[in-house]
Amino acid sequence: MVDAIVIPLLKIVILLNAVLVAVSYLVLLERKVIAFVQSRLGPMRVGPHGILQPIADAVKLMTKEDITPARADRWVFTAAPIMVMVPALIVFAVIPFGPEVELFGRSVPLYITDINIGLLYIVSVASLGVYGIILGGWASNSKYPLLSSLRASAQLISYEVAVTMTLVSMILMAGTLSMVGIVESQRDASLWFIFAQPVAFAIFFIGGLAETNRAPFDMPEAEQELTGGFHTEYSGMRFALFFLAEYANMIVISSVATTLFLGGYLRPFPGVEGLAFLDLIPAWSWFVLKTFVFLYVFLWIRATLPRYRYDQLMRLGWKVLIPIAIGNVVVTGVAKVLL
Amino acid sequence: MAEAIVFYGLAALILGFAVLVISTRNTVHSALYLVVNFLLVAMLYVMLGAEFLAAIQVLVYAGGIVVLYLFVVMLVNLKRPPETHQDPRRQTRLGLALASALLAELAAIIVYSATGESAPAATAAAAAGADIAGGNVEQIGMLLYTNYLIPFEVASMLLLVAMIGAIVLAKREL
Amino acid sequence: MSGNETTTMKVETPSPMFDTTEMVLNMGPQHPSTHGVLRIVLKLDGERVLDADVVVGYLHRGIEKLSENRDWTQIILLTDRMDYVAAASTNLGYCETVEKLMSVEVPRRARYIRTILNELQRIGSHCLWLGTHAMDIGAMTVFLYAFRERELILDLFEEYCGARLTYNSMRVGGLPLDIPPGWDKKVNEFCDIMDSKLTEYETLLTHNRIWLERTKDIGVIDGPEAIALGLCGPTLRGSGVARDVRKDEPYAAYDEFDFDVPIGTRGDTYDRYLVRIEEFRQSLRIIRQAVDGIPEGPIVGKVPRLIKPPAGETYHAVESPKGEIGFFIASDGRSTNPYRFRVRPPSFCNLQGLPRLVRGHMVADVVALIGSIDIVLGEVDR
Repeated sequence: MVDAIVIPLLKIVILLNAVLVAVSYLVLLERKVIAFVQSRLGPMRVGPHGILQPIADAVKLMTKEDITPARADRWVFTAAPIMVMVPALIVFAVIPFGPEVELFGRSVPLYITDINIGLLYIVSVASLGVYGIILGGWASNSKYPLLSSLRASAQLISYEVAVTMTLVSMILMAGTLSMVGIVESQRDASLWFIFAQPVAFAIFFIGGLAETNRAPFDMPEAEQELTGGFHTEYSGMRFALFFLAEYANMIVISSVATTLFLGGYLRPFPGVEGLAFLDLIPAWSWFVLKTFVFLYVFLWIRATLPRYRYDQLMRLGWKVLIPIAIGNVVVTGVAKVLL
Repeated sequence: MAEAIVFYGLAALILGFAVLVISTRNTVHSALYLVVNFLLVAMLYVMLGAEFLAAIQVLVYAGGIVVLYLFVVMLVNLKRPPETHQDPRRQTRLGLALASALLAELAAIIVYSATGESAPAATAAAAAGADIAGGNVEQIGMLLYTNYLIPFEVASMLLLVAMIGAIVLAKREL
Repeated sequence: MSGNETTTMKVETPSPMFDTTEMVLNMGPQHPSTHGVLRIVLKLDGERVLDADVVVGYLHRGIEKLSENRDWTQIILLTDRMDYVAAASTNLGYCETVEKLMSVEVPRRARYIRTILNELQRIGSHCLWLGTHAMDIGAMTVFLYAFRERELILDLFEEYCGARLTYNSMRVGGLPLDIPPGWDKKVNEFCDIMDSKLTEYETLLTHNRIWLERTKDIGVIDGPEAIALGLCGPTLRGSGVARDVRKDEPYAAYDEFDFDVPIGTRGDTYDRYLVRIEEFRQSLRIIRQAVDGIPEGPIVGKVPRLIKPPAGETYHAVESPKGEIGFFIASDGRSTNPYRFRVRPPSFCNLQGLPRLVRGHMVADVVALIGSIDIVLGEVDR
């Protein structure tokens, strides 16, 4: 009873809260990192060094007027932010933050569940997130959001195939679809897969940028072109859901990249005995550290690069990434058979 | 018992949304119902222990194909009035013919499975595979590349032809 | 498809299966990338621009008509408010026109200082252009960097005349103030800083693949067509036409300095970008020469206390950061205000080339092209 219901429920509650807090502080981190790049200070007013800024933002967004445009499709307009947020959150169910640990005399795994199709689950749930963007833009009954919806759907079909192809080569490497299994196979191989699959990693990362609508692929929201894109007509908490979902997706992509390519919760050089003292640091903190590195790179890229045009992203996806990804799968398969 | 309740509940929902898909006038709403429908079918798959199929169902149909539908729906102006057919009864007759064909098929399947002999190999293999810890991914892969190799290849050729045809149609000045 | 370079508009025949309609998108006057209150009515096929209609006038204050009711010195204030990011250039254009009308000789020291102010102004204005242009294409950091350096220029102007935006920094016949002590040294220091920062901007953009993809072959226009459209300034020079008022009809002290007029080759957005980046360097070159050679002497020529030009009319143009800004002024010789006052604003002339430039490109390129022609709505609408 306790093992079957109470502990999973507790874990879900803790994880959801942790993710939401992490998301709101990721917003602050982004502002701080970009400010640092741009030789500014960033938020400094709310609390020391703006540390309470996310709370102030949350209060502001919740007290704002919630506007529905007069000729919007009311139901779809209301449902769209939810359709964005839910997939972003439920993906965390299969992400292994750490191995099983002893807690109050019980063996508790630091993940909610380990299903045997974990990777496919992530891909398929993540692919649903785009509906909120497409339908939100459509339901606003406004021209800029509509253009943004078109961009989002065109963007999705361009990069998703390539990303899924890189995952195929990762499955070939690990021989399993379970997220925990993938981490453990990296322990067995004493090798982070980023060193075995650098091409797949590059494609996955580029696709991840596109999937989260982050610069330089933030065409659907491009405020300089489409004045905010799909969330132009949204305000208050509904806007906040779109906003938080984008950052939650960033964490998702970073976590998945960490799990697949950087050995998840494993310490660096998992096969080297001489570094065994690193195991004194809890495994989950390795995971958090690696994810943080990815997040930092996301922010760094946003501060540095200009934006692609959406037809250029489609060309990049179809003519560059997909052929390379397919080639990578073939090479991986051949190598796997030969070795 | 519980399983039966869930199954019939799901089946009722699936049918309900299927009716909504074809009865709604708004194309985008219709696509949205279709997504829900696909998700419910995926649930059905999960219930049957076919997680792999469920994930693929969500990934390909809900995540990919309907996005394309929506893309086309938004790009193309579909607000013109439905065309008036010369023969209003043509649709009825066609519909009746198709429905009776489907009914015959369903009846055949029911009779076939009720007689019980030689259940399709896939069902047996899947039932055996579900117990294996590795899940049914390997099982499906094995079946596709051994027993069902020819249908698999034919299906992929068909898709390839469809793709080339679509490109030729769309890009007139190749 | 790419062979047809849209001099004549080509609407693709929609495929018979689908009924596609053109979409009319109203961009502005409230839009983050129209650089003020510009309104563009775009006719779109998907995201491809079939046609664009530029609507101006949202910032019209009637400066030309107002000027006919102000006395000759008061008008300088109004010229500040035309191109408000390059007020010193408009000041200079107006003052020189009146001086030409009155045949006043401006002392050499004043001409030198005017040149320095103008080139500083050009750098300041180009900083703003670079920042906003890069921001429109999505490179947000360049904006902050460019504004950091622009701040230094504003500080220099503040030290010279006390204002940071609307300088009112020239007078008919010379200057209102001499430069403060030590100012020339600060200008030299600024030049050194700016030199190194330019490299920084270029590291972020010039060879950046995304930047190249976003700007190369966007809004291509060749020299003859650019002239036919009346484009001017860097926008014209990007198309390979070496027309620069500073070289062709020297004013202030430009005939005494060495500098080059950079020109582009293909006439696309990238060339216009390169031209302006090189203009930064040429401006620094001019400033250094001018600061080192400031002669001693008076800063105001022989001008009567009450300015009252003789009857007549004249046209005079200077090279503002945006292009050739010309003033046509007619005086009746009796009153203390112009009889007719008319400005040829470079932003307005460049803006009329915009529909030609955007046709056939995507919505995302529209904002890149608005940035590329570098307009200021205060000057377009006057």
